Amino acid sequence: MYQYDQYDQKIVDERVAQYRDQTKRFLAGAISEEEFLPLRLQNGLYVQRLAPMLRIAVPYGLMSSLQVRKIADISRKFDKGYVHFTTRQNIQLNWPQLEEVPDILAELAKVQMHAIQTSGNCIRNTTTDQFAGVASDEIEDPRPWCEIIRQWSTLHPEFAFLPRKFKIAVCGSEQDRAAFLLHDIGVQLIVNEAGETGFRIFVGGGLGRTPVIASLIRDFLPKEHLLTYLDAVLRVYNRYGNRDNKYKARIKILVRAWTPEVFAERVEAEWQHLKDGPATLNGHEIERVKGFFTLPDYRAVDDKAVQTQVNALAAEHKGFSRWLDRNVKPQKQQGYACVTLSLKPAGVAPGDVTDRQLDTIADLADRYSFGEVRTTHNQNIVLADVLKSDLFELWQAARPAGLATPNIGTINDMICCPGGDYCSLANAKSIPVAEAIQRKFDDLDYVYDLGDLELNISGCMNACGHHHIGHIGILGVDKKGEEWYQIQLGGSADKNAALGKVLGPSLSRDAVVDSIETLLDVYVENRLEQESFLKTYQRIGLDKFKERVYAPAS
Amino acid sequence: MHQLLKDGAVVNNTWQLISADTDDLPQGDILISVSCWQAQRHNLANHAGAVGVWIDSNEEIEAFVATILDLPLIAINFPKFVDGRGFSLARLLRDRYAYSGEIRAIGQIIRDQLFPMQRCGFNAFAFETELDLVEASKSLGDFSDAYQVAVDQPEPLFKRRA
Ligand code: SF4
Repeated sequence: MYQYDQYDQKIVDERVAQYRDQTKRFLAGAISEEEFLPLRLQNGLYVQRLAPMLRIAVPYGLMSSLQVRKIADISRKFDKGYVHFTTRQNIQLNWPQLEEVPDILAELAKVQMHAIQTSGNCIRNTTTDQFAGVASDEIEDPRPWCEIIRQWSTLHPEFAFLPRKFKIAVCGSEQDRAAFLLHDIGVQLIVNEAGETGFRIFVGGGLGRTPVIASLIRDFLPKEHLLTYLDAVLRVYNRYGNRDNKYKARIKILVRAWTPEVFAERVEAEWQHLKDGPATLNGHEIERVKGFFTLPDYRAVDDKAVQTQVNALAAEHKGFSRWLDRNVKPQKQQGYACVTLSLKPAGVAPGDVTDRQLDTIADLADRYSFGEVRTTHNQNIVLADVLKSDLFELWQAARPAGLATPNIGTINDMICCPGGDYCSLANAKSIPVAEAIQRKFDDLDYVYDLGDLELNISGCMNACGHHHIGHIGILGVDKKGEEWYQIQLGGSADKNAALGKVLGPSLSRDAVVDSIETLLDVYVENRLEQESFLKTYQRIGLDKFKERVYAPAS
Repeated sequence: MHQLLKDGAVVNNTWQLISADTDDLPQGDILISVSCWQAQRHNLANHAGAVGVWIDSNEEIEAFVATILDLPLIAINFPKFVDGRGFSLARLLRDRYAYSGEIRAIGQIIRDQLFPMQRCGFNAFAFETELDLVEASKSLGDFSDAYQVAVDQPEPLFKRRA
């Protein structure tokens, strides 16, 4: 993974010093609340319902075991001994003290981490596929490009005060696992007819109040032009994005108002001035960054023999077999596999882990995955490059730590925002809904039989829980001061990204869980063999589900 | 404020900001709006004092920029400090139109913006509120290096890494 040199380190260290000074001036009354707000947000510090909350950047979801241990340590020293993994592959501390944040940042800087631009109206952490580098359908490893974008966007002098937040995702594979069409800019690596690798650029995607799938504005952008082109997009947005109404300020609104064609023309015109300028990438830099994402030293493995071994163990241990089914994925390299450690055991808020679990994750990474850890937008942890012959041992080690719940991709692996328990913007709580669903569907055989099912929960229209793209989405709404929930069906974040449709009138919390059960009954009754919930929904349509959920009680 | 930061030093402000359009311009160094400049530039040839313009953050400078490039001062207004359009305008003036006079940030700016403002081409800062300018000028040195190309640094860090 990328390693800082003296330049990167200095910039992060100076940011810590700058923020320390800003905090000091704020506490001394020399900076007003209004002025401090964007300054602290640009450094990841929210003030929420109960306490400040600090969001720490995990660039494109990649961490070393050393960094994971540091987070564990920080959560013990400065917080309550647990942290939360977010849907943007970042980490949140829920209870830091405002006065101590500079010290936390200084600790983070020691392990090449920071909280720069994890919030606020600026360019946020660039995200990508959690299986980058090991996915068999990969065109090119997206992580060097994410790192190049990270450096370009870090403290960009022109774009620190955008109309609204700005998110970029890079997709490097056939299958989209980065939801790049739901970002302000989606960068897709492609190979053109001449065999050259470059990018397709999409703009204006996003969730939130007005969910939109991004529009293509450039069919092929040669590699070296990435940064000058991004500069052009951002400059057009910075100048012309709506600044009067925060609900109309995302780039998607501008793209829609102008039409994608006009937006593309404006960007192209701006780019003509920047193209081939000094920010044009050169082969030396591209190779330098790529040099940090080399493959580990894989051993030559007799894949067949190992597989036989694994199969034998699976036949003996039902739990292991289930875990293999749900939590282990093949990878490009023979004899190795990707393991997802579930952060969704029943009874725990999705994405929450304790300091001890973090230490265990770091240990597991050191032992089995070359010391590297990946965070996912589904709020789990992936260990890639695990020798298949180590899988059984890894499973046994992860189980007592509560990290081996075999529920990845099932209804219990839901995405859930912090909601009304923590978030001051919430209309309704989301964590208790997640818990109630997990409690209701605790029969593993039933859950497996349901197969792949994405259930996403957001506590308000801001959609941090990505409810629009869940096969089943749940949205907290306020109904005369009470917490109600709207159900949506049919969303999906894959290549054929689709936004869910509202099922019908909103429901009380108790009714939500029962309705989910009804929805699943309709699915089970109607599915064809091997058909997933989403496929069945697409075939039979919304009404079949709606009729049953809203049928008068008999 | 009677004083401002210019090229890193505290200096006296000799310019009068004329916020509203008027035919009745005072003598001395004046900073007028673009529309005022357009209406009166020919009458201003004999003005006793220097003339500069101030641009609001939402202006399409492309439409008139050619007429202001010879002025000694262009001010860019920040109606709110979180309105970041002025950063792009300053870069356009310097990078695209090669403006070499003074670019002054006016309006609701805060000291924590000095570093990126300077990178975008501002060299003068007139704060609305009273503050210790010497103390504030420290923010100009918040960072000793940066990744991006900007007005203060023609080469990106990736070409300068040793
Ligand atoms: S979706 Fe709403 S409630 Fe949930 S975290 Fe985001 S802002 Fe808060």
